[in-house]
Amino acid sequence: MIRRRRLLGGLAGASALAALSGCAAPGTGSARPRVAVVGGGYGGATAAKYLRLLSNGSIDVILIEPEPAFVSCPMSNLVVAGVLELPAITSSYRRLSEEHGITVVRDHATDIDVPGRSVTLAAGASLRYDKLVLSPGVDLMFDAVTGSRVAQASGRVLQAWKAGPETVALRRQLQAMADGGTFAITIPEAPFRCPAAPYERACLVADYFRRSKPRSKVLVLDANEDLVATGPLFRKAWTELYGSMIEYRNLHSAVAVDAASGTISFELQDDVRADVLNVLPPMRAGALAVRAGLANSNGRWCQVDFRSFESIVAKNVHILGDSIQTASLMPKSGHMANSHGKAAAAAIVAELKGMEPDPRQMLINTCYSFVSSDEAIHATSVHRYSAAEKTFVAVPGSGGWSAARSPAEAAIGMAWARNIWADMLD
Amino acid sequence: MTYAWLALAGDAYAQSAATLRIESLAASCAGCHGTNGRAAAGSAMPRLAGMPRDRFVAQMRAFQENRRPATVMHQIAKGYDAEQIHELAAYFERQGP
Repeated sequence: MIRRRRLLGGLAGASALAALSGCAAPGTGSARPRVAVVGGGYGGATAAKYLRLLSNGSIDVILIEPEPAFVSCPMSNLVVAGVLELPAITSSYRRLSEEHGITVVRDHATDIDVPGRSVTLAAGASLRYDKLVLSPGVDLMFDAVTGSRVAQASGRVLQAWKAGPETVALRRQLQAMADGGTFAITIPEAPFRCPAAPYERACLVADYFRRSKPRSKVLVLDANEDLVATGPLFRKAWTELYGSMIEYRNLHSAVAVDAASGTISFELQDDVRADVLNVLPPMRAGALAVRAGLANSNGRWCQVDFRSFESIVAKNVHILGDSIQTASLMPKSGHMANSHGKAAAAAIVAELKGMEPDPRQMLINTCYSFVSSDEAIHATSVHRYSAAEKTFVAVPGSGGWSAARSPAEAAIGMAWARNIWADMLD
Repeated sequence: MTYAWLALAGDAYAQSAATLRIESLAASCAGCHGTNGRAAAGSAMPRLAGMPRDRFVAQMRAFQENRRPATVMHQIAKGYDAEQIHELAAYFERQGP
């Protein structure tokens, strides 16, 4: 049995799927429960691995992910700044199949049949499941910023909010910019993926300018009233490390972008012109979740029952990570998605074995942000499920921020990345 | 208390529920300290696998009471109660070095 699972896991996606479909009993007739996981990011990859670990290999797990390798959003701002190269933040899915017996199918999931318990793949196949784990990340709402979709498609105005080729393309735009130019990043109203990341990006772009283009400028145009993550620490770093190079403007909600003239228009404030534009539109749950009608909170985020991360509108569909309507003080971050993945895996294993989920489930989050190429800060929080409140609550007295930025935290931040990537994928 | 009862009961169902709960609790440490407490070699985070349980408990208490300097662990340790810390200590000791 183990040999067969390993063999399946090691096959290329399409043939593995064909083999699976051929031998899978329809529906629940199969003795071994099957969980399909959509999305191989911090949430999905972690859930897939921990479903295997926590069930002692007694659950069959299929991971559906279109990308050939995992590229981390955390640490990707270091690639934008030229401190790291893309391969340094890229990891293989190979060990999930070879070590953990997970069938990794390289494809897009296009549709979900909730009552029929099946998920359709772009290649046309449909896959039956006992449980579906959905970790589709975020969808960028280009329609909310006029011109942004066209500007994005032409490669002129990038987001680089999903790490990969766009991260490198944004790096190249910064390299091509003349000294004395302006980099402008616009930030949508919270919540959005990774609350600290826009401010970290401002720091790291300024760090690059300081080294290579010292007459240049970084404009941070924020739709929010103030920085939405570790504001005092970022402001201190901006002032002390970069002087007047970084300029912050609050209440700047971008509504249109013109790539040809490099102009961003705002709801209330004057237009801004810049040389490299990084326009972040508002975000919502990943496209598949929205299409399947699971984004039941304002049409943007998916409400889940926090005891199991099961959608409150779709039975046997468990949703993780940035797509969910979060609990109080719960950020949309990679580490939080990793925590969601473990909690959901434990709840699914418990349910499939006829046990109750842990009534005191814990979640941890630690976000490291680099304020320069060699100093970092963190924000951390610990959350415990509260049966009385039916949600996660931050444990009183726990959590907090860095006392001050430091090189020690930069080293710990890099170690955090190596360990969490291994925790997801090795 | 509950844990001792489960161990004595020898009931496969109960054992399995307790094991799942503790493995899941320990997984909350794994994001930074590695799966089953096996941090990557040479990383800044200590390896929890195989740590003697008394040492684990003493360190967590020191973090909670701000007696041990830390960048982040004093903030995380305060999120766990004494029973959870004892369960984690026993779990990581059992993982072996």
